[in-house]
Amino acid sequence: MSEMFDPARWRPAPFLPERETRDGSLVFVVAVLCFLACVTALGVIAADRAARGWSSQLSEEATVIVRARPGETPDSAAARAAEALAGVRGVAEARALEPEKAYDLVRPWLGDVADVEDLPVPRLVAVSLDQRRPATAGALEAALKAQGVDAIVDDHSLWLKDVRRSAGIARGMGTVVFLLIAGAAGAVVAFATRAGLAAQRDVVEVLHLTGAEDGFISALFQARFARVAAVAGLIGAGGAILSGAILRMLGGSQGLTPALPIAWSDLLAVLPCPLLAAGVAALAARFTAGALIRAMQ
Amino acid sequence: MSRNPSAAAATDPDEVVRFDDVSMRYGRGPEILRDLSFSLSPGSFHFLTGPSGAGKSSLLKLIYLAAQPSKGLIHLFGHDIAHADPGDRPQLRRRIGVVFQDLLLLDHMTAFDNAALPLRIAGAKPQEYRGDVAELLTWVGLGGRMHALPATLAGGEKQRLAIARAVVNRPQILLADEPTSNVDHDMALRIYRLFVELNRLGTTILIATHDQDLVARSGRPSLHLEGGRLGLRQPQGPALS
Repeated sequence: MSEMFDPARWRPAPFLPERETRDGSLVFVVAVLCFLACVTALGVIAADRAARGWSSQLSEEATVIVRARPGETPDSAAARAAEALAGVRGVAEARALEPEKAYDLVRPWLGDVADVEDLPVPRLVAVSLDQRRPATAGALEAALKAQGVDAIVDDHSLWLKDVRRSAGIARGMGTVVFLLIAGAAGAVVAFATRAGLAAQRDVVEVLHLTGAEDGFISALFQARFARVAAVAGLIGAGGAILSGAILRMLGGSQGLTPALPIAWSDLLAVLPCPLLAAGVAALAARFTAGALIRAMQ
Repeated sequence: MSRNPSAAAATDPDEVVRFDDVSMRYGRGPEILRDLSFSLSPGSFHFLTGPSGAGKSSLLKLIYLAAQPSKGLIHLFGHDIAHADPGDRPQLRRRIGVVFQDLLLLDHMTAFDNAALPLRIAGAKPQEYRGDVAELLTWVGLGGRMHALPATLAGGEKQRLAIARAVVNRPQILLADEPTSNVDHDMALRIYRLFVELNRLGTTILIATHDQDLVARSGRPSLHLEGGRLGLRQPQGPALS
């Protein structure tokens, strides 16, 4: 039987075999790493949002503990303190809390005491600060002192410091984990490139000895592994988006929990993952292939 | 071989290959090749003979830049390769055609793609070389097997495909390592005639072979390697018609 071959219709074959049996497992491993990296990134974003929310709440409020002077009822002392604080620049509102709130605060230590009203329990004044120019604790203390009110101002700075430090640690750890995972993905691709080069050694040798430049051969492996990693990145990012969306829906308007609120817009943060994965893979493949080809010289 | 092995003359730009006191060893092993000095002029035709393990393939590897000498100087097309820019090596390799001992055909490519490979690597466009590759494959007797994968080709067809790939970009020198080792006598003669034809077109030919009968009947000189040393043997008797 005569075999028909029309050179005019011939299209060049790829220099490297199109399919590799290892590609499937490589896609799986890199996709898992990309998924973990994306979930870490979402966690960092959620932790950052939570920390910002907490510090914003804490910095917008102050609590004043008012002790009644001799001859003065606690309620009138609290009302006087609220009045004094309301006039301070940078205070949006100052409100004496109901006595029950103060009783609620001491009840865990005293238990169910029937005549708790008779005890000299300090009253609380909740101060809402102007968000743009909040009054300082010093300004509040000065205003109270001027009115002769015996009070302690708690501007939550102690908590604020802890929250900010915790948020910074969470961000830092998340970033380190993200970089470790990206590094692991790069190492996996480098190993895969070595294995690919070993499996395609004949092809590399023929290309090399037929006059292909080192950069040309490296670029073939770079393109191949960048493509594989981009597909894996797409799968990993898709999985992370799906997981984030499920957590968002399960957790209602505040995300999974109020502690880690996920917004729909956060899910967009994982979109660059395929590009990043392709970039890391391309670099790893280029350097590995380049080093191995130079070793063939 | 155009000069006395012992004479170290100045580089002749017309020489395709020139070895000056070249030795070679693998790692810390013994010297495979010892103090070789010879040159090949353009359009020459030599066989490279010697017993197994004499270093024929190693000598060819030195010429096609797949190995480095442990001592001595090698000039290719007038370039001292020890001092040549590594970036120039691909360009030098493109001027050399090689028929490897194990052929090294690419299994995922058709015969046509295998033969066209050096032209693609050199940056030629498909429309520029399609016709030439088809013509060459027809010339080596593979006109009806252009779309076949190497795994489906017979031994002789593979040899001829490897030769087609080696000569497709009209190299200045063709090196062939045991090109007739796996074919019958008739096919060996057919392949030899291909080399003669290429040589007539101006290509320098160096063929490593064990086939003493072919060497004897060819009427061509041979470089004989033995004990790491090289000697020139002139033909005896009439040439093969």
